[in-house]
Amino acid sequence: MEPFTVLTAVAAPLVRDNIDTDAIIPSREMKTVAKSGLAQGLFAGWRYREIGSREPDPSFVLNDAAYAGARILLGGVNFGCGSSREHAVWALADFGFRAIIAKSFSPIFQANCVRNGVAPIELGAEAVDRLARAVAADPARRPVTVDMIACTIAVADAEALPFAIDPQARRMLIEALDAIDLTLELEPEIAAFRERDRKARPWVYL
Amino acid sequence: MSKLGRFETMTPLTDHETRPRTLAEKLWDEHCIRDLGDGVDLILIDRVLLHERTGAVALKSLEAAGRPVLAPHQAFCTMDHVVDTFPGRGDRTLMPTGGAFITATREAALSAGIELFDLGDDRQGIVHVISPEQGIVAPGLTLVCPDSHTCTQGAFGALAWGIGSTETEHALATSTVRARRPEPMLIAVHGRLEAGVTAKDLALHIIAALSVSGARGRLIEFAGEAISALDLDGRQTLCNMAAELAAFSAIIAPDEMVFNYLRGRPFAPSGADWDRAETRWRTLASDAGAAFAHTAAFEAAAVSPMVTWGVSPQHAIAVDGVVPSYDQLTRREAREAYDRALGYMDLAPGAPLTSLAIDAAFIGSCTNSRIGDLRRAARLLDGRKVAPGVRAICVPGSSSVKRQAEAEGLDRIFQAAGFEWRESGCSMCFFAGGESFGLRERVISTTNRNFESRQGPQTRTHLASPETVAASALAGRIADPRPIPARAG
Ligand code: SF4
Repeated sequence: MEPFTVLTAVAAPLVRDNIDTDAIIPSREMKTVAKSGLAQGLFAGWRYREIGSREPDPSFVLNDAAYAGARILLGGVNFGCGSSREHAVWALADFGFRAIIAKSFSPIFQANCVRNGVAPIELGAEAVDRLARAVAADPARRPVTVDMIACTIAVADAEALPFAIDPQARRMLIEALDAIDLTLELEPEIAAFRERDRKARPWVYL
Repeated sequence: MSKLGRFETMTPLTDHETRPRTLAEKLWDEHCIRDLGDGVDLILIDRVLLHERTGAVALKSLEAAGRPVLAPHQAFCTMDHVVDTFPGRGDRTLMPTGGAFITATREAALSAGIELFDLGDDRQGIVHVISPEQGIVAPGLTLVCPDSHTCTQGAFGALAWGIGSTETEHALATSTVRARRPEPMLIAVHGRLEAGVTAKDLALHIIAALSVSGARGRLIEFAGEAISALDLDGRQTLCNMAAELAAFSAIIAPDEMVFNYLRGRPFAPSGADWDRAETRWRTLASDAGAAFAHTAAFEAAAVSPMVTWGVSPQHAIAVDGVVPSYDQLTRREAREAYDRALGYMDLAPGAPLTSLAIDAAFIGSCTNSRIGDLRRAARLLDGRKVAPGVRAICVPGSSSVKRQAEAEGLDRIFQAAGFEWRESGCSMCFFAGGESFGLRERVISTTNRNFESRQGPQTRTHLASPETVAASALAGRIADPRPIPARAG
């Protein structure tokens, strides 16, 4: 995982509410038992003209040349709702996205982002709409900067907006920490807790 | 809240904790190993469930990292998502790469020492259906699964929630997860549901009122007379749909019905352990005066059979209603989203739902595929025929539900009516590139998600109860199940 500190990149607006993980990566595009190689399937239902085809639908934002190389995605309310499939984050990351700025997130999706080094940033509804408008005026020349250290977002040289993020998520992103490694350091404490618990609730331990 | 008898009886407070707490808070505290700072807790996990769709990748990646499963006997795996549901199915699937998921899961579960409910095993079925059948879930347990409908199992008084694959690796490797304490939300349902109105209708009614983000990140406790009156199948249906409120999970305080159900199940406690467990389970309830950060109350009598018209579960209206105009929406949403939904579903505002002809009817999924669901649908189908041209399919939620249904002769009723009778699995609840409904077909379905292309290429899904799906299959169009008496005369 790459540390996430400061990212300046083209941002693609897809500011619809309740974009579900079936839309982010349809089940039919999850073809292998692997976390990689999912970029092709990202938003397949909207990106291509027909189900199963690879002919781009020109009306979809990610097929617009102005947003080529986008690494930031702008979303609406409850982004990533529905299925818990982590493939949604893997597909976004595989496509190149490192940050999602949305009005709100589904909790499972948000946690999945952090585990994969993708920054899920919640901003007020108006701020997201304003950001989307500012970007759309000239996407390539109005890149967005996400500063995880300062917790700010800025479009081109406009004034930076502050954002709030779960401090633990922020630290994990900045330091590219692996949660399993961190928890394994606590193994003695976990073992002692389980030992005590086993006496209180023996039926739990099969 | 004072209207609810449940909270008027005081349960004893533990000595280290004198503030009245909700049931979910008590379970959270009991499982909290330590505070990791920033509001994140390290929570002990009692059960991990896996399926071949998202479980294989977690097991494989754990193996690749050289991390063993800490408590393999507390983890279970099933085959439900990718497997075909045709009679005589095997490892080869209609989904082009399904076989790879099946074999990878089998190998990974075997090498990790995890109990696998494989194809051909009479315990196989949809993960959330078989967990209670096998006594894997129990009151007071923490249970996670890389599947958003894990909340279904909150119906047994467990703290059960869906997580991602990487978090599943974490749970398997450490028997813990790192999680932020969810805010408690009380959803009280007063009174009784009317005849012909089910838990599914209640769930859709609540989602239509609160929206698909209405309980985002919260832990819902369902309580009230209507909830106590639901049977366990109904409680599971209701908790299942909490995923469609974007909730962290849902829970219902366990009662006699739960204890009676679990007694004697293969992985449930037995002997002296059972007695100790049951004594403890009887204390599992929210304290009198426990504070819920959020509350919502509903009147059961106001709930009608519900059907969705659009592409989100919040697009649910009474079956005798008409497709709403933008101004009639119960939940505000962007004009663009509304127009998109209408276009996708090929509907005009003002059209009565019951005027819509259907191409197919589907009974199944972790929402509505238990024996009670099948019995209620069969009562309407008995002695009647599915309308010509309608493809009707029934997929029992588990091999055990299927056997039970066959022992009761329900399979014959379904088949005589013109339904296909399948092996258990998720089947056409979702489209994974294998079997699906046809392009742009209109389907009435007992599943939980009416998202675009969820059940097939541009399939138009209408969510409803098993009764409504059965009545619609007979009518050839969306139909209200209530005027239909059980059994044709
Ligand atoms: S039945 Fe449908 S919703 Fe339930 S676990 Fe299977 S795919 Fe998911």
